[in-house]
Amino acid sequence: MLTCKQFLDELSDYLDEKTDANLRKKLEEHINGCPNCWVICDTTKKTIQIYKGMEPYPIPQDVHSRLVVALEKRMARKP
Amino acid sequence: MSAMSSPIEIDDEAAIVAQARQGDAKAFSELLRRYEGKIFRLAQHITQNREDAEDVLQEAFLKAYEHLDQFQGQSKFYTWIVRIAVNQALMKLRKRKSDRSVSLDETFDTGEDTIAREIAAWDENPEQQYSREEINRILGTAVDDLTPIYRAVFVLRDVDGLSTEETAEALDLSIPAVKSRLLRARLQLRDKLTRYFKRKGDDAFAYM
Repeated sequence: MLTCKQFLDELSDYLDEKTDANLRKKLEEHINGCPNCWVICDTTKKTIQIYKGMEPYPIPQDVHSRLVVALEKRMARKP
Repeated sequence: MSAMSSPIEIDDEAAIVAQARQGDAKAFSELLRRYEGKIFRLAQHITQNREDAEDVLQEAFLKAYEHLDQFQGQSKFYTWIVRIAVNQALMKLRKRKSDRSVSLDETFDTGEDTIAREIAAWDENPEQQYSREEINRILGTAVDDLTPIYRAVFVLRDVDGLSTEETAEALDLSIPAVKSRLLRARLQLRDKLTRYFKRKGDDAFAYM
């Protein structure tokens, strides 16, 4: 049986489904017998989901305009 | 090239980059339109300062324009420009904290940051207790509390959706370094979010 520390070390790969079948089985054995790790795993999964695909705020218009001006200036110098 | 990326998207972008390299200003504007928001967000996450982030944004796109002929096209344009932007952002941080160097390679491996402090189940749909604005504030504050390297790795990997390999390339880190930072970032964020999202009356049964 894996320790909690060993389980947590593999948590990212487990959630990303990057572990081989053998390790996966061991991790699932641990999680089924360890309520704390089950909660950590479940809430880490939800953490990733809630951030996934969060669109950046639209870039502020003034920031965009100054970027375009700076680039146009630079482009004018170069053939 | 990541197997996850759609080939159409890459071909399309390769064509735009090729046009930009030949001096097509419109093509370069298209690259800017695609990525300025993400680069500005990443720069804000690393520098935590709007003015510095704007400088980083401008420097990154100007450098990309000047050195476009050095872009090999083996990686995504976004990965390439992220690398430029991250370097600029780190220079800003170093200037600000001139008494100590800042590097994305800094290790914070005390072994303590993977210890979960808050262990409590969440509501089924915790987001629904909060307005969109409140959620954005909670998520943003939690990320800002991370150290710069954790922020950069987390944003590229879990928010922007780059692969581990692409994140490693963009940040000039090894793959194991990306993985260990990502794990710590995820666990720290989980810890912080639990304070907001835990099920009422279901407080920690923690004994770890």
